[in-house]
Amino acid sequence: MIRFILLQNRQGKTRLAKYYVPLEDSEKHKVEYEVHRLVVNRDPKFTNFVEFRTHKVIYRRYAGLFFSMCVDITDNELAYLECIHLFVEILDHFFSNVCELDLVFNFHKVYLILDEFILAGELQETSKRAIIERMGELENIYFRAMRFAIVIFTPWLKDLAFFSW
Amino acid sequence: MASPPPLPSSTSVLSSASSLADSLFQRSLDDLIKSLRSDPSSEPSIIARSLSEIRREIRSSDPLTKSIALQKLTYLSSLHFHSMSFAAFHTLELLPSPSPQTKRLAYLAASLSFHPSTTELLPLATHQLHKDLTSLSTSSSSSFPFLPSLPLHLLSLASSADLSSHLAPDLVPLLSRSSPLQPKAVAATYRVLSLCPSTVPVLFKPLVDCLSSDNPLTVSAAVGAFCELSAPPNDPAPYLPLAPEIYRVLVNSRSNWTLIKALKIFSRLVPLEPRLGTRIVEPLSKFLRESQAKSLVLECIKTVVSCLPTHTEAMRLAIDKIKELLSSDDDPNLRYLGLQTLGMLAPGHLWALEESREVVAQSLTDPDRSICHEALRVMMAMTLQENSIESCTLLVRQAAKSDPEFANEILDSVLTSCSKDFYELVVDFDWYVSLLGEMARIVHCTKGDEISRQLVDIGLRVRDARPELVRVARELLIDPSLLGNHFLYNVLSAAAWISGEYVEFSKDPMELVEALLQPRTSLLPTSARAVYIQSVLKVLTFSCNSHIDESSSLVNDTVIARMLSLIEMTVGPLAESEEAEVEDRVRNLLGVVRLVANIKDLSVDKDKDGMIYEVVRVMDALFSDEMGPVSANAQKKVSVPEDLDLKDNLADLSEFISDNDAAMSRSNPSILFYPQSCNASEEVEVGPTSVAESTSLKEHRKRHGLYYLSTDKETTEPELTEDYPRVNETLPPSNGDTTRRVKVTKLRPTVVKLDEGEDLATSSSLSTKVEAMKDDPLSGAIKDVLLGKNGNGASSSFDASSSSQGKGKDKVKGKEIKSKKGEEGESKDRHKGRRKHKHRKEPAPPVSVAQETPVIQDFLL
Repeated sequence: MIRFILLQNRQGKTRLAKYYVPLEDSEKHKVEYEVHRLVVNRDPKFTNFVEFRTHKVIYRRYAGLFFSMCVDITDNELAYLECIHLFVEILDHFFSNVCELDLVFNFHKVYLILDEFILAGELQETSKRAIIERMGELENIYFRAMRFAIVIFTPWLKDLAFFSW
Repeated sequence: MASPPPLPSSTSVLSSASSLADSLFQRSLDDLIKSLRSDPSSEPSIIARSLSEIRREIRSSDPLTKSIALQKLTYLSSLHFHSMSFAAFHTLELLPSPSPQTKRLAYLAASLSFHPSTTELLPLATHQLHKDLTSLSTSSSSSFPFLPSLPLHLLSLASSADLSSHLAPDLVPLLSRSSPLQPKAVAATYRVLSLCPSTVPVLFKPLVDCLSSDNPLTVSAAVGAFCELSAPPNDPAPYLPLAPEIYRVLVNSRSNWTLIKALKIFSRLVPLEPRLGTRIVEPLSKFLRESQAKSLVLECIKTVVSCLPTHTEAMRLAIDKIKELLSSDDDPNLRYLGLQTLGMLAPGHLWALEESREVVAQSLTDPDRSICHEALRVMMAMTLQENSIESCTLLVRQAAKSDPEFANEILDSVLTSCSKDFYELVVDFDWYVSLLGEMARIVHCTKGDEISRQLVDIGLRVRDARPELVRVARELLIDPSLLGNHFLYNVLSAAAWISGEYVEFSKDPMELVEALLQPRTSLLPTSARAVYIQSVLKVLTFSCNSHIDESSSLVNDTVIARMLSLIEMTVGPLAESEEAEVEDRVRNLLGVVRLVANIKDLSVDKDKDGMIYEVVRVMDALFSDEMGPVSANAQKKVSVPEDLDLKDNLADLSEFISDNDAAMSRSNPSILFYPQSCNASEEVEVGPTSVAESTSLKEHRKRHGLYYLSTDKETTEPELTEDYPRVNETLPPSNGDTTRRVKVTKLRPTVVKLDEGEDLATSSSLSTKVEAMKDDPLSGAIKDVLLGKNGNGASSSFDASSSSQGKGKDKVKGKEIKSKKGEEGESKDRHKGRRKHKHRKEPAPPVSVAQETPVIQDFLL
């Protein structure tokens, strides 16, 4: 299963981080630093697999961005390599020609896509088309109807929901 | 923490005014990102400022303000590592929000920041999660069908065992056929199951049903879930009854991802049930021949290689594919994977390895470290007695050319694999010893400790290797350049010990003394220095003795005289050394030197009864006793005789050691003592330092011979090695012993072995590990469910929980009974969720997963 996914640029700035195993904040920081050190200096002609502690990191570089996935040592490397590529294709389609800035400013949307794609460290969907369709629906729900909904519900919110538990 | 309901007081007016100001002038996430980007140099100050803003805004009573603050905090926390633990309560406050966006924000914040063990507020989320998970079935939120996917994410990422057990029954309806979120629920279910084994009675059956779903995504998720559940730390045995279902997936599925996961499950099941192999070999060969997807082919290769080694046809296909991978020059990934799978072939199919030997050797020089690593692993895997010389020489030569890190890795693997099982791989010890010397001389070598250990060890164990050892030791000692390398101190110390201990094989004792006393030895640490000086003493004694006996043509008057003057000149100043070890040895040595030097002319006075003769004889006798290896367990195996009271006289002793010793130790604080483990060679050597001690030791040996290892006759004949240590008698001969005995009959020199305490230790730890696996609560619970037991122990934990859980339990129990008796129609459909089971049962094959193990046998035959 996937332990975590990291998107980092060449300077080591994290653009996306999602952990599928519970880690402490300090540990996350350390992991991101170590993974960056591992992948950043590798020649493009090298393999896309690096051993990392007791797991392995499958990474792929797109322009200045490194997409790294940490998986179990017995997992199928090629499958996850394809998985990264699929994720990038989806991002590319969604943001039409994705670049680093898109990811920076659409922080929440990237998480939304990722959540559609992977749950609990397991790949949910392998069809690019299906995810893109689904994203269209979700975008409607979360990012367009939204402002409207907030305006409607705001006055009620406090009384209705806050302390219902 | 929660703000009280607003009262019509001046404070509340004030606070609402400030919160209004907050919401009006609040900076959005975009603003924050823009300000961060506009001035990267002042990033810390911007972050600090916005954090203080967020702390204020997040307490606002306006949910929009609150949610934007939370959004900003989530951003800062996940990308700039600022803890958001202080906002846990505010996140919980926003979870029930009716607006999907706020809800999603809150769930995202929760799943990114909550930690099962450190977030104390986690139990407070239970009710809201329950509501959101069940919202799908209630009509009010049918307009928003994706809502339950949010809590599923949270559940899979940050759930504790408690939370899992409370929410497990809510997952059951989501796992049903009609649920649009079935695949997601499957993934979350697997996490809940592995977190909280007591949920197995509720969740396991619905999860199994998902394997035969019509929705390929559900099947994929279910296969993935079982793949993870059966992964190594867990015991795969309880999943054996699922083999028919998974086999059906393997044959029918079109998704490579699903197939890969299914193959992984089979690779864990086949070792438990070899007959499964004959079933899966056919689809596997088909994939190997026809599939275009490299990932699937790779998985097939791995499966065939690891668990179907007896199926020659599939094996040949797999090996062909491995060769294809190895020959793909343009793609380093494929070459890497080729090497990896090649390494898995190792024990049984060495011919395939041999054929690819050149590729492997070439890969050792690859610029990519990952490939080098794999090549090294393959190289070591195919190293056998027959080709060990060739491979190891190649590797050591490669190490000399590689960068420091990799060079040491190569050396490490050569050292460990060659020394394994008492140097089983090594046939020609002369070669190995000189290889050790060569390794020590490699520029970046940091493996001095291990090399020195093996040098001494071989000296003790392999009598035939000693002449070569002495030669190698001499080469190391006479090279002054090695003395500056602190990684080699242990090696040099071992070399010094060897040339002192086995000085009879030395060609030129004078040269040896010169080497041991060369000026740069002052660079050595004290422990090594002490060994050097002790070795000089041994060499001197040997030289004097052989001079008296006239047994050596190399030693004559002038040589002895030169030796004595050299020793006196160089060692003399050390007599005042600060270190006890050195000082002690120097004084011993100087004592002997002066004794010998006093009697001027050794050769003229051939008086055999003279004092000099006597002294030299005694000294030589001291050092000529051969030292054998001592088993680590030797002391333990000696039982204390009944008439021996070890504690008897100790009370009397306390009188003697009362004040004097304490005073002494206080008055002499500068004395240094070295820990016993400091140096292997030292430990061996400490014994015979003084005449008196040694003679008393001999007497003791004579009296209590039973408790000493016999040191004289051990290495002479092969058959003796078996009974060499008395302490070994109780050990039953293991398989390893018999194979080794066969090998001893070859030309290979005898290697003295003691009992394999380590082997025993590892095997026992392995068996405990297996037991621990059996005790695993998850697999136990699953076994119970699959074998149709009621799982009373597990379900009892649900008694105290809410009614909805009770329903879940009933449901499962009902179904179990149903499947046992095979009467599906009769039991009443009290629950909605039941329908899906019935549905599934009808088209189900005769092999139901809920039956006993015979199921699998039917399937196989």
